[in-house]
Amino acid sequence: MTVHFVSIVLNGKSRVVRNGLTVAGLLDDLELHPGMVVVERNRKIMARESLQATPVEEGDRIELVHFVGGG
Amino acid sequence: MTDMRGDLPFAMGDHTFTSRLIVGTGKYRTNDEMVTAIRASGAEMVTVAVRRVDLDRRREEGILHHLSPEEFFLLPNTAGCYTAEDALRYARLGRAAGLNDWVKLEVIGDERTLLPDTAATLEAAVELVADGFKVMAYTNDDLITAMRLEDAGCVAVMPLASPIGSGLGVVNPYYIREIKRRLTVPVIVDAGVGTASDACVTMEQGVDGVLMNTAIAAASDPVGMARAMKLAVLAGREAYLAGRMAAREIAVPSSPTTGMLDREHV
Repeated sequence: MTVHFVSIVLNGKSRVVRNGLTVAGLLDDLELHPGMVVVERNRKIMARESLQATPVEEGDRIELVHFVGGG
Repeated sequence: MTDMRGDLPFAMGDHTFTSRLIVGTGKYRTNDEMVTAIRASGAEMVTVAVRRVDLDRRREEGILHHLSPEEFFLLPNTAGCYTAEDALRYARLGRAAGLNDWVKLEVIGDERTLLPDTAATLEAAVELVADGFKVMAYTNDDLITAMRLEDAGCVAVMPLASPIGSGLGVVNPYYIREIKRRLTVPVIVDAGVGTASDACVTMEQGVDGVLMNTAIAAASDPVGMARAMKLAVLAGREAYLAGRMAAREIAVPSSPTTGMLDREHV
């Protein structure tokens, strides 16, 4: 049976995404510019160059962070 | 600053700065007000925090949409971290944004006072320096920790004036002066300044700079306060360089005591 969806935890919330989606595709779906966010996948910071080639996998814990106001 | 006659730009890490005022970007009512206030402050270095993207978009977008890294030297912080491990994680996420390899290291030890956990700060500083970071370390006004942070390779040591966001001003000028006297790297007083006189007093201690956020952002008119802070930092620096008179608890007349009318000539 083909797996159509995978479950991940994105910024602390459970989310279901389609199987085969890359991390770059995930950012695209969220309308986030890869140059404006940093992606941490399973506690490892991803290089921007690897976003395109990395599939989102079942159980992935992904954090998308950016700069906000702070002192 | 063309109006600064006695002062020179100061070097920190591999950079040179003219403004001795570093400002934060938190707590402004609007992004426009933040940008206008920061420009009015004359600051070149500006701190930012690393946080999750709000995927529901209820809050405003990332700060890079408003502040250009071409215009300001953006300094990522590790604010909100309570362990060395967390601070390392945030520092590395900040660096991965690709702006620079600097970090304002902050490891908090207590929620009520937001005072730093100096042992964890030192531990994180050692690791970050080994990892190639230029570390500006927020710390207590404790000389020994300050010296250890310098030994660890921090590019600047940043003792507090008083607790973060308190606006209490410099509670311990002697400790600040002594830290400045004993360290070689720049000493930037970070946190606690409430108004322009506090910034001025801070700079009069001889430190290299001052970092503030709430004092400007929480003023009734942040842009006006930003201008006041710019002037206060310049005034304090000039006063320090000029060398103040000795204080004494007895009056000394400024005008001649001789030549007064209707007195016997002596």
